[in-house]
Amino acid sequence: MTTAMISGRSSIIRRTFLRVSSAAAGGLFVSLYLDWPASAQQTAKPQSYPPDAFVHVRPDGKIVIQVNRLEFGQGVHTALPMLLADEMDADWSQVIADLAPASDVYRDPLMGIQMVGGSGSIAHSFEQYRQLGARTRAMLVAGAAAQWKVHPGQCHTEASVVHGPNRQSAKYAELASAAAGLPIPENVPLKKESDLRLTGKKIRRLDSRSKCDGSQKYGLDLELPGMKVALVAHPPVFGAKVKSFDASSARAIPGVDDVFEIPLVRGTGIVVVANRFWAAKQARDQLHADWDAASVERADSAQLFEKYRELARTPGIVAVNRGDPNAINAIPAADRIVAEYEFPFLAHTPMEPLNTTVRFDGARAEVWAGSQFQTVDQMAVAETLGLKPEKVTFHTEMAGGGFGRRATPDSHVQREAALIAKRLRGIPVKLIWTREDDVQGGYYRPMHVHRLEVGVGADGKPAAWRHVIVGQSILAGTPFASMLKNGLDESTVEGAADTHYTVPDFHVSAHHPVINVPVLWWRSVGHSHNAFVMETLIDELATRANADPIAYRESLLAPDANKLKTCLALLEEKIASWRPRVPRGHAVGIACHECFGTGVACAVEVSIENRRPRIHRATIAVDPGFAVNPLTIESQMQGGVSFGITQLMPKGAITLKDGRVEQRNWDGYTPPYIKDAPVTMDVHIVPSGEKPSGCGEPPVPVISPAIVNALSQLTGKRYRRLPLTEI
Amino acid sequence: MQTFKLIVNDEQKEVSADPRTPLLWVLREDLKMTGTKYGCGIASCGACTVHLGGVPTRSCVVPISLVGNRPIMTIEAISNDPVGRVVQDAWVSEDVVQCGYCQSGQIMSAVALLKAMPKPSDNDIEDSMGGNLCRCATYVRIRQAIKTAARQLG
Repeated sequence: MTTAMISGRSSIIRRTFLRVSSAAAGGLFVSLYLDWPASAQQTAKPQSYPPDAFVHVRPDGKIVIQVNRLEFGQGVHTALPMLLADEMDADWSQVIADLAPASDVYRDPLMGIQMVGGSGSIAHSFEQYRQLGARTRAMLVAGAAAQWKVHPGQCHTEASVVHGPNRQSAKYAELASAAAGLPIPENVPLKKESDLRLTGKKIRRLDSRSKCDGSQKYGLDLELPGMKVALVAHPPVFGAKVKSFDASSARAIPGVDDVFEIPLVRGTGIVVVANRFWAAKQARDQLHADWDAASVERADSAQLFEKYRELARTPGIVAVNRGDPNAINAIPAADRIVAEYEFPFLAHTPMEPLNTTVRFDGARAEVWAGSQFQTVDQMAVAETLGLKPEKVTFHTEMAGGGFGRRATPDSHVQREAALIAKRLRGIPVKLIWTREDDVQGGYYRPMHVHRLEVGVGADGKPAAWRHVIVGQSILAGTPFASMLKNGLDESTVEGAADTHYTVPDFHVSAHHPVINVPVLWWRSVGHSHNAFVMETLIDELATRANADPIAYRESLLAPDANKLKTCLALLEEKIASWRPRVPRGHAVGIACHECFGTGVACAVEVSIENRRPRIHRATIAVDPGFAVNPLTIESQMQGGVSFGITQLMPKGAITLKDGRVEQRNWDGYTPPYIKDAPVTMDVHIVPSGEKPSGCGEPPVPVISPAIVNALSQLTGKRYRRLPLTEI
Repeated sequence: MQTFKLIVNDEQKEVSADPRTPLLWVLREDLKMTGTKYGCGIASCGACTVHLGGVPTRSCVVPISLVGNRPIMTIEAISNDPVGRVVQDAWVSEDVVQCGYCQSGQIMSAVALLKAMPKPSDNDIEDSMGGNLCRCATYVRIRQAIKTAARQLG
């Protein structure tokens, strides 16, 4: 998600309050209520477990912690419970993490909706989870102190046990019911850093074993009594409508229950309902559908690139205008670099195909989905079924990746599932998008053209910079469109307009063509293309100035670019042992970039094998502020960096011809496999006591420019058109 | 519809299915063994990898009618295998997984590799694991975990 989204609604919460309760099942429940201007009233009414508890101290000693986020690889299912359990002094071996259903209390404290995006989970919920843990502990201590008739200050806690001054001790589980009746403590101090036992330590994931033995259930694995499977034939051109179809052979397939047409967010589709996936798939293949695409624009990548290149020669909506916008004209042609970059549409293709299960009985609905946007998706299902949102129980399912694809402002998958469930009344139905549906189904990272004119000063540094970016707005036409500023979508220019490099005369503008291809945030959003432009051009300027690429970058960084400076310094220190010793035919590429508040610097050792880049090694330095779980951060850096290689893959592009997507599956749109990723990768975290920032997206932008910068040294060529089809 | 007798994780199973149904969907929907994952349906990603007669196989493209009497081993029972248990433990100790969706297939491929090649080189690892896609791109840690498992088995 965009930085704009993070900063946009931060003043919404005025105060928070806690509520505690005991339940029939026993134990102590602690909930944190957020005082929403509109919803404060409705959240005050008591509900049964689990809709609003964050912590459940169970009589059996287990401590169940609700995670107010989707877990889809990024590790919050471990990190958020760590924060809470640490402040609570809970026995970590007894902690169970649960993904919370949709509920007002689980909304992101800054964003105002329940969501994952913008690498904000830890950044926004760090204080929240620590506070919850500290207050829960204070209540348990107060309960013990009252029992022992001592002052709470005389007690201490460790591993889910309260110890008193006279060798008394009581387990949290024994104290839970009594604690539930006590007043809720205010202003409980948080632990000093030196007292932290989990936070800041390398803690292994809670979901590791279940993901290694096949027992972890994802949304696609859901099984309900009497459940049906549905597939939808989507229009071959976005927005096209069904003209005709012949369901007779589809209906004849054993196991097929129903075939019918539904309206989609774009156009119409044909639903096949069956008792099994395979029957539904066979039936869908035999629909003989004819589509009416006459009234919709048929997007075509080649034509769009041509149009975009034209647009890039004209100034767009101004994103930043520093100094003299025409200064570039005064710089002699020999000292000017004119660079045009092209980036294709990219699909997210998370490993687990998109899916949603819905059961609708006429008055209530129940939804199971791996959603990054629980609030939005819950409301969409409610609207589709004519229900109030509170009549829709929304379960958050473990998700097999997402990278932004499960955060759709229009909830198009959930709306499809709801419409099908409406027809099936009472019967649960799992809508599955096949991989082909996913690859061809849109919601891509937008394609872009960048055009830059950079004037180089006598000191070898950029003196004037005119940068035009052409790409669809992700926000336009969505409920988030109010975040556009004078028509500018900041997610298009993030990482360029707000660069940390100083250029005296600096001008960035953007055009947002309206194209009939649905687009979406793709892990790191605008940074995915802007960092490539910035970091390859800065590298080119360093080469031109005969300067060391790290020193050159440091000389350009603004005085307040602390995170990038510390990252570059740490990187330089860590690569000193191998950088001077790379063999002949190998080159070292450098890049650094700050994304969603986290600085990352990267060095890669690259050679060319079989006409492809071979990445022998990568070293990463990252400054995410305070490192909540250094092990997760290491994993996110390693994975995110290799994920970023998607855009360099020879088949790393979604292209359209005459309105149709040309790729169907991973054979045509091919992400990186083990051979394409760095062979080894060492990650170094800048020690910091600053507020934590996220780590899911920030590693993605740096890798492609770093690799390409190494390739340029090996071939003398510049690479400005992705994917890298030729070296 | 036809009836098929299968040997899955050393147990006899009987299912009634269209003979063209891929083994993957029989495992997932008829036998309710969802540890084997659907990723692509065209043998491009390896998330559906099982051992068929001891050979790592993409179950999404094997029609049930072609399974015959070859025993099927899935992720659910791989811990009963001495190599399987060590590989799983290495995966946990190296904290390999992220979203985890591809890891059943990764582990099945890694077990087959280590059975055939107890001390695999980096190239051996790349060749054997080369068809297993991980969108979280946990490849560096997969490599580490295979080496850790190889050391422990050695």
